[in-house]
Amino acid sequence: MPAAVVLLAGMIGLPFVVGEYHVEVLILFLINIMLATSYRLIATVGDWSFSHIVFMGCGAYATALLAKHLGWPFWATVPLSGAAAAAIGLAIVVPLLRTRGFGFFIGSFALGEFVRLSWVRFHNPFGGMRGMIDIPEIELGDIDFFDATPYYFVTLVITVICLGVLYRIDRSRSGRVLKAIYSDEALMASVGVNVSYFRAAAFTVSAFFAGIAGAMLAHRLGAIDPHNFDINTMVYLIIWVVVGGTATFWGPISGVIVISLIFELSRPLAEWRPLLFGAILIFFLVIMPGGFEVLFPKLASFRDKIGWGRATTAKTSSSVAKTNSD
Amino acid sequence: MDSATLIQSIANAIVLGSIYATVAVGLAMAFGVMQMANFAHGEFFMAGAYVVYVFYALGGMPFPAAVLAAFPVVALLGIVTERFIFRPTRGNVLAGFMATAGVAFMLQVLVGQIWGVGLMRPVPTPYMGSVIILGAHISWQRVVILPVTLTMVCGLWYFLHRVKQGKALRACALDPETASLQGIKINRMTALAMAIAGGFAGISGAVMAPIQPVTPYMGHSVVVTAFIVVIVGGMASIEGTILAAFLLGIIHTFVTTLFDAVAATMVGVAFMALILVVKPTGLLGRVKA
Repeated sequence: MPAAVVLLAGMIGLPFVVGEYHVEVLILFLINIMLATSYRLIATVGDWSFSHIVFMGCGAYATALLAKHLGWPFWATVPLSGAAAAAIGLAIVVPLLRTRGFGFFIGSFALGEFVRLSWVRFHNPFGGMRGMIDIPEIELGDIDFFDATPYYFVTLVITVICLGVLYRIDRSRSGRVLKAIYSDEALMASVGVNVSYFRAAAFTVSAFFAGIAGAMLAHRLGAIDPHNFDINTMVYLIIWVVVGGTATFWGPISGVIVISLIFELSRPLAEWRPLLFGAILIFFLVIMPGGFEVLFPKLASFRDKIGWGRATTAKTSSSVAKTNSD
Repeated sequence: MDSATLIQSIANAIVLGSIYATVAVGLAMAFGVMQMANFAHGEFFMAGAYVVYVFYALGGMPFPAAVLAAFPVVALLGIVTERFIFRPTRGNVLAGFMATAGVAFMLQVLVGQIWGVGLMRPVPTPYMGSVIILGAHISWQRVVILPVTLTMVCGLWYFLHRVKQGKALRACALDPETASLQGIKINRMTALAMAIAGGFAGISGAVMAPIQPVTPYMGHSVVVTAFIVVIVGGMASIEGTILAAFLLGIIHTFVTTLFDAVAATMVGVAFMALILVVKPTGLLGRVKA
């Protein structure tokens, strides 16, 4: 927890020391943190979804429709976009409950792609291939949200609320049931846990928060199109989560932080960049499965083995234990 | 729909079905042996198209020779992918699948940086004109796909049922443990399966190069279609894949004629989801996806 407080203090201070461009980057960064953390909720129950980015799209399109055509304020569009994404998530997950593992992954892709293609197919109201433009900025008093910094703070507040709720879920009784289903589904079913209910609930709640992230994205970008939410973008989400790991609450967040840093620093690589991210993905799936959650404890124990640094063996083992209990 | 359109659509559906079959049959076979789900299959297809672009359009080799050259080149890609991705992640289908998404990224960048990202690479068609069968016009370039498909599918069937190595491959797909007790080397079989899968993807990309825009990103839609076909047919079933290929060829052609191409893809993915939920083994398969 202290780390989270330090991080939050840093996030509050950052916009005052970096330039306008970097505040824009930080807004997207916060949205991505919401997205990756919500994705972890599905992973805790042992399912891997390939449609999560589409729920972000559902939220973004819902926001675009509500704000642009009905002129609703952002405090209404944001939660309603989450609800719209959750409704579509529920409709998608219910038939998929019969599948597991690779079947679930591919099935979620199929139904997610169906939803995404419907935005391409139906020009009215979704705007087809070109998507939707002129999505209004958020309005709150007479603050100018075209400026990046005020928008950044609104996003920060919403991110903290979403992460707080997701953290509470993770630590609650239901959160433990989800993890227990992951470790032994048959056992949980045998003691009377409705496995399907919990899998569907995790997916739906996760879609809700992806929808919120999408709403914040739509309000900021002002224009969205179906390409924003295609497989390519989904693979980047998978990279964050694979690099960070999903066993702990902080895993996906660390993945987003590190990959975002690499993304910004590798700008000079230009079009070679996807090659780097492909290599990172392969590295963390083939050579270092479990991501940072496995890599850092390993590095720490290696450091102790060669007797370098201050850490004692006792300290390291406690840090490993902490990672596991998180 | 009048009768001329109907005949034309049926002819298109047959051609499209055989294209789907050549693309998907390798993917199905690789999944059958140790569950290798290759996300980069579309990029293998793209690599095959680029082999034709380089050897035929740039190098001036005869078209059939360039198509044949695609087999070893892309088979090599398949072997490398097996060795460095599928072998270390064996037993975890999802990890292999996601890691090959990384391979797809890398191949797109490499091809794009070597031959350019911008405009499509023009590959002139070697077979001009079209043939008229029962009033349906089909260009010669599409007609040649039919014998290629037939040769590939029959060749694969012969290999799997009459050649010792092919029989070993089937044994490995049925029961890897028992197969290895008979002295069949599993690692060699997975490499062989990926070589054939890669080679087949390469050949189909090569044949399609003159009738499709050749770009580094052309594999995207191919891999989606290939997975739809393989899942509908049954993940490890070659017969099922061929059946599903023609079924989807018919559905895609008729939905495109009656509505549009996006609607056709929507029907395709919905069909795939339906099969996954209702019959996870696919139409003719025995392995659950």
